[in-house]
Amino acid sequence: MSIEPTLSTDILVIGAGPAGIAAAVSAAECGRRVLLIDDNPQAGGQIWRGTNIDQGPVSARGWLQRLESSNLQHINGCRAIFLADSNLLIADLHGQRCAIRFEHAILTSGARELYLPFPGWTLPGVTGAGGLQALIKSGLDVSGKRIVIAGSGPLLLAVAATARRASAHVLCIAEQTRAKARRNFAFGLWRHPGKLTQAIRLRAQSIGAPYSADAWITQAEGDDRLAAVWLKHGTRHRRIECDLLACGFGLVPNLDLAQMFGCTITGGAIAVDKSQRSSRQNVFAAGESTGIGGIDKALIEGRIAGFAAAGSADKAAVLLAVRARTQAFAKTLAKAFALRDELRTLATPETFFCRCEDVPLSAVRAMPNMRQAKLASRCGMGACQGRICGSAAEFLFGWRDTASTRPPFTATALSNLISPSIEASQK
Amino acid sequence: MNPVHTRCDVAIVGAGIIGAACAEACAAGGLNTVLIDADFPGGGITACGMGHIVVMDDSAAQWALTTRSRELWMARATSLPDNIEYDACGTLWIAANRTEMDAVEEKAAMYQQHDVHAQILNSAELARAEPELIAAMSGALLVRDDAVIYPPAAARHFAASAAVLGAVMRFGQRVQALEPGRIHFADGTILDAERIVLAAGLASNDLLPNLPLRARKGHLVISDRYPGRVRHQLVELGYLHSAHASDADSVAFNVQPRRNGQILIGSSRQFDVTDTTIDAPLLAQMLERAVGFLPFLRDVQVLRSWTGLRPATLDGLPLIGPSTQHASIWLATGHEGLGITTATATAELIAAQLLDRPCAIPAAPYWPARFAAEPTNVAT
Amino acid sequence: MSPLEYIEIFVDESAHRVIRGNTVAAALLNAGVIHWRRSVSGQPRAALCGMGVCFECRVSIDGQPHQRACQIVCTPGMRVTTHVD
Repeated sequence: MSIEPTLSTDILVIGAGPAGIAAAVSAAECGRRVLLIDDNPQAGGQIWRGTNIDQGPVSARGWLQRLESSNLQHINGCRAIFLADSNLLIADLHGQRCAIRFEHAILTSGARELYLPFPGWTLPGVTGAGGLQALIKSGLDVSGKRIVIAGSGPLLLAVAATARRASAHVLCIAEQTRAKARRNFAFGLWRHPGKLTQAIRLRAQSIGAPYSADAWITQAEGDDRLAAVWLKHGTRHRRIECDLLACGFGLVPNLDLAQMFGCTITGGAIAVDKSQRSSRQNVFAAGESTGIGGIDKALIEGRIAGFAAAGSADKAAVLLAVRARTQAFAKTLAKAFALRDELRTLATPETFFCRCEDVPLSAVRAMPNMRQAKLASRCGMGACQGRICGSAAEFLFGWRDTASTRPPFTATALSNLISPSIEASQK
Repeated sequence: MNPVHTRCDVAIVGAGIIGAACAEACAAGGLNTVLIDADFPGGGITACGMGHIVVMDDSAAQWALTTRSRELWMARATSLPDNIEYDACGTLWIAANRTEMDAVEEKAAMYQQHDVHAQILNSAELARAEPELIAAMSGALLVRDDAVIYPPAAARHFAASAAVLGAVMRFGQRVQALEPGRIHFADGTILDAERIVLAAGLASNDLLPNLPLRARKGHLVISDRYPGRVRHQLVELGYLHSAHASDADSVAFNVQPRRNGQILIGSSRQFDVTDTTIDAPLLAQMLERAVGFLPFLRDVQVLRSWTGLRPATLDGLPLIGPSTQHASIWLATGHEGLGITTATATAELIAAQLLDRPCAIPAAPYWPARFAAEPTNVAT
Repeated sequence: MSPLEYIEIFVDESAHRVIRGNTVAAALLNAGVIHWRRSVSGQPRAALCGMGVCFECRVSIDGQPHQRACQIVCTPGMRVTTHVD
């Protein structure tokens, strides 16, 4: 007899970003029992972090409203620990282990930022680009702070907008991609009007923040905190004194959850069919984890996955054309912000490649693959479980780590791996 | 079609900690040595173990092998590279009750008689030595010179050291088949070797069938850093009986402080289970047992769990010496959970016998021939 | 919009006023704590990803070390201890 608290649902949606919310709401509208869980303290994922029904972008408020009025169960602060069998997830719910029995799962685990090592990247004051945005949305006061934003992708503009709204001085936005590639991206946007207006609005809000394409970070300086950054712009080097550096080189899909579920990964994304079904019969996926493509793709895929998992695939039929457009946009995006080769050589031999274990680049560079590098240097064996340096290694060395599917999914209290029924029998 | 064809005195198949140590010892003895691995040094079962250098006394032969091995480790401890993380933290064999305390006293007398440092701690002394341990324990045996290492780094070091001594490294090369005096690689090349030492753990069976080897699966868990919370390798004394003696699935309290403050938590044993997935209920049992001794573990952050298949024999002793099938094919495998400890003396025994030199300890107890009289088919 | 509501938390025994809903990471930075843990080799570190992935922002909360400051919202009376590792 088990005394473990057990939740039971028809459809379990993991990740409450736009894709997860759209999936959960759509499945619930089909009359199925739906449970939506997320590790974060609030629904909305990264893009809608800090948004609530009263404030924020209209589309976000609309979806959050639907989530609230929908007849589905929604739990924040809930982290996956391991999959006990193909229909049973063990999770940490506010520090308490619980079991979740489900018929179908929809994985909407989103993306994380790609961080590349460069001298000084471990200094306090250096954050991710989306990282700084998340911190501001979580209450960080940046008013009057001098901020440099660097890296790549449309997110840089969004971060600048958030920082400026919070009264920060955005000194500079350094976009690594070539000016030409980005212009093509802007033209390509005409085929995606929604995207274009969004881009223009963000750009307008960030006006006054000097924007440079062909510019990238080469170094961060400081003793125990950031004091200045060095940027390379074309052939020129420039030093800028600042309080914060927000730096991210685009997004990479979060695949580890899908790997734990045994889903096939293709080309760095969860492989899905027309109805967003993965290689596992009862597992669907939607949003950034099936390929980086932004919010429109996430919402449409989420709706399709929600309908399909609920057994109402017919409702999804009308959405397929829209999805095709958003997926085409994803390809344009990837091309426009392709990373330049110079970024592979920013780190010096002494630069820490793995910041959990403080493993310098020199200790791993000569290795043939991630597994060998791990055993030789302990890189990737720290608290982030190789999520940060593993993604960097993929870009820097072409290593693809075969992620571990063993528990725990993320670091968790040991008590979460002890099943309550055993405890009970020993008491 | 003219396959690359080379020759050597001794070819060692498997560059785990055992094979790498054997290569180093053979090369040091002047043998023309080749060390072969399908992957890379220390990447197999060596990378799965705890890295406990420990004296064990289940049998006279086990005592001889582990004490000699530890002597050899201690002799080179100061010259080992830092990344091996050699830490002479000692072992505390925990006695939960009066009966086990009697065993502690017996052990202490025996160890001291053989000049192995061992000290009896009473309940209060144990509490001072390990403040996180539950207070109800009767006492412990402190084996001071036992140590902890990071095994993959040790295997790499032994291989590198063998290379410096002239041994040839052939990594990333899979052996397809063995015959006396000859190794066939999967890529079609051939290596002639006067003697072959098979040190491929359980995989040795693929190359030389019907070895008296069976898998004994184990689980381990590693935590984030909690420096100073655990100070010695902690093992329940019951471990010697419960975990080693029985054929049934079992768990025992066996916890190790890593030099960086991480805590390794074991152990489990399952005979003849060959799938390497985590057995969540058994893992839970193992952790529950550990929490019973160290309550603070309940709240530590766990980073990873994994499994490994120990290459075990029927009598708990390794196979070190000529195989019963072919006099020129030798074995250095079957070390079960003691391969890290006994790599050093295993290598010494192999090299001495190949070179016809006297052995530091009697070699016969580890000869594979001891199983010859028994049926060779031990498969399930 | 509802007016801001403040709660009190303790950072290394000293009291700090924090806006309700802020995460521990935001609260620490706003309190002028520039870094709150040391890396394996002793370097100062603070939040990087802000979304629970990198584990750089780990801090001791109410006696439990290694908690992610960016994923935990401040609660009244919460005790945050920096530089535990």
